[in-house]
Amino acid sequence: MTESSMPRPGNVTTPLLSVKGLRTWFHTFGGIVKAVDGVSFDVAPGEIMGLVGESGGGKSMIGFSIMGLIDPPGRVEAGSIEFGGRDLARLGEDEMRSIRGKEIAMIFQDPMTALNPLYTIGNQIEETLALHTTLSARERREKAIEMLHKVGIPQPEQRLHHYPHQFSGGMRQRVVIAIAMIARPRLLIADEPTTALDVTIQAQLLRLMRQQVEESGTSLILITHDLAAVSQMADTIVVLYCGRIVERGPAGDIIARPRHPYTRGLIDSIPHETDIDGAKRRLSQIPGNVPDIRKLPPGCAFAPRCPRASGLCRMQDPVLSEREGTGDGQGPRRLHATACHHPLTVSP
Amino acid sequence: MFGYMIKRLIQMVVVLWAVSVLVFVMMSFTGDPTFMMVPLDATDEQIAQARRILGLDESHLVQYWRFLSNMAQGDFGRSFVFRQPALTLILERLPATLEIVFLAMALALLVAIPLGVYAGANPGKPASRAVMAGSLVGISLPGFWLGMVLIFIVAVKLQWLPSSGRGPTTEWFGLRVSFTSWEGFRHLILPAITLSIGTLAILMRIIRAEMVEVMKQDYIKFARAKGATAKGILFKHGLKNALIPLVTVFGLMLGDLIAFATLTETIFAWPGIGKLLVDSIYRGDRPVIVVYLMFVALMFVVVNFVVDVAYALIDPRIKIK
Ligand SMILES: Nc1ncnc2c1ncn2[C@@H]1O[C@H](COP(=O)(O)OP(=O)(O)OP(=O)(O)O)[C@@H](O)[C@H]1O
Ligand code: SF4
Ligand SMILES: [Mg+2]
Repeated sequence: MTESSMPRPGNVTTPLLSVKGLRTWFHTFGGIVKAVDGVSFDVAPGEIMGLVGESGGGKSMIGFSIMGLIDPPGRVEAGSIEFGGRDLARLGEDEMRSIRGKEIAMIFQDPMTALNPLYTIGNQIEETLALHTTLSARERREKAIEMLHKVGIPQPEQRLHHYPHQFSGGMRQRVVIAIAMIARPRLLIADEPTTALDVTIQAQLLRLMRQQVEESGTSLILITHDLAAVSQMADTIVVLYCGRIVERGPAGDIIARPRHPYTRGLIDSIPHETDIDGAKRRLSQIPGNVPDIRKLPPGCAFAPRCPRASGLCRMQDPVLSEREGTGDGQGPRRLHATACHHPLTVSP
Repeated sequence: MFGYMIKRLIQMVVVLWAVSVLVFVMMSFTGDPTFMMVPLDATDEQIAQARRILGLDESHLVQYWRFLSNMAQGDFGRSFVFRQPALTLILERLPATLEIVFLAMALALLVAIPLGVYAGANPGKPASRAVMAGSLVGISLPGFWLGMVLIFIVAVKLQWLPSSGRGPTTEWFGLRVSFTSWEGFRHLILPAITLSIGTLAILMRIIRAEMVEVMKQDYIKFARAKGATAKGILFKHGLKNALIPLVTVFGLMLGDLIAFATLTETIFAWPGIGKLLVDSIYRGDRPVIVVYLMFVALMFVVVNFVVDVAYALIDPRIKIK
């Protein structure tokens, strides 16, 4: 947390990515699924942003919307995705293709399925360079070896000739990270990059990713439902519920002083190490389930599960309103926004 | 790899042996060829002599043993009709059949792969629906009917292509082939198209189904996230994965083509082994039928062996032990 509240060079400059009013909807037979419904956030150069929320909240769809990889029946209905002076939501497929992999890269949740089983990993790493650079085959190979070395794959010269099935899950995810990072993208979207792996490897890979983005000055959107992971890495946190942002702000501020009852619930359900047996235990869990996104209740979507819900909550949508972030004395002023009629008050 | 080869070789011999038993049983219990050999007014004495010459007076077990040991020495007997070794007859006509079978297979692959990939990659589009509907027609059209329609329209009405026979042949590595001359090739076209339609339609549906499945995979989306081109995604990442299950049915397809070639050859009076088989069945020319069956069985086991090896070569996850 101390790390994340340190001023980063990016905070004062113009954002690298600016998402405004993004709506990504799926037109299904059962009705419109508003997977992303009016989401806005900025990512500064070099910033690590955590995107958290329960399953189905729309985290992946935000990532895919930025990448221009929403497939029918889905569609970006409205909003803008400004990146480096261009609105990605309005770019054609050809222009988008030259950005994917080169300027914006993405890491998928499941390393077991993200690599093509029929090609060597060397081939798959080089492919990114072949697509986006004019390097010769030999230079590409050298870069691939260097990158594999960086992500901690032993004997990269030999491993280059191996197929994905010859790697463990953790090693495959390292390969995927290498593929994503090799063209030195300006923005990396990591969609739950470690959830499919076991705990010790999770920590290793998160550390590795953080080191890589810091080294190259890449901005990172870290998608996860694990608030604990994000609290250690992120500069800012965006909390998503049913396709909408419920809370957004500096990471330290959000973890220490959440204002939205949903965020509070997420924080309370982070497992803690108990002194006695060392086992992890959830202190509490948010009651109830995520509602069907096609049949959201009127008013606040969280109302059925919220301990603070009132009549007003069930009638009127709370809007995301910004307030000055509290706490962190140093660093530029960051805004802390919450969409709640009855936000938790900051204890003095 | 060596051990695997030996194992497969033994398997192949066992299969061929089983086929030989089947063929022998079928032949022994379906009619007596003696009457093909003797004049209509033959005396009992003459008939008995013919039976002795044919070896039919001995027990089935002895007959089978002789059948097997002769075959092992490459002796399949002489055709009753042509008075020539049956094996020579088959081998002489084999190039004609292989020619239309290979051309039909090539045609099927050449058309089925692009169409199947297109239809699989763009499931909802009207063009892919049209392709799918067309493939249904292709599957349900009886081949002989299609052959006759082609003869009627292309050969008789338009007079673009010849309707029957093989045309001029030239010697090519010791084989008599048609495709080397333009006139010979013209004779090949209609039979090859007729033969390929059914296989083409089935192949296309398989490729489409595989492509639909493959395009949903994570690695396809990841390739897109890398910035791969549409062509790279379809052909590099998609098609190769979709082809793996196809390789396994390839042997069956080839079998289908060889079997169906009998019909096509008959319609187009194409002098291949299929037509020879049909003629031999009419004439009760037993040795020729036997060679044909054994030969086709051999071809099957060899093709399947080759297919298995090819399968291991394109899929790195499969290791031959
Ligand atoms: N093809 C589709 N058709 C209809 N709805 C879809 C489709 N794809 C996604 N959705 C819906 O979009 C919503 C958001 O999905 P998304 O994958 O972004 O959630 P997520 O927050 O990433 O969840 P998880 O933690 O499980 O990955 C979900 O409710 C899902 O049902
Ligand atoms: S608006 Fe009301 S129901 Fe929604 S989170 Fe705030 S207090 Fe709970
Ligand atoms: Mg997701």
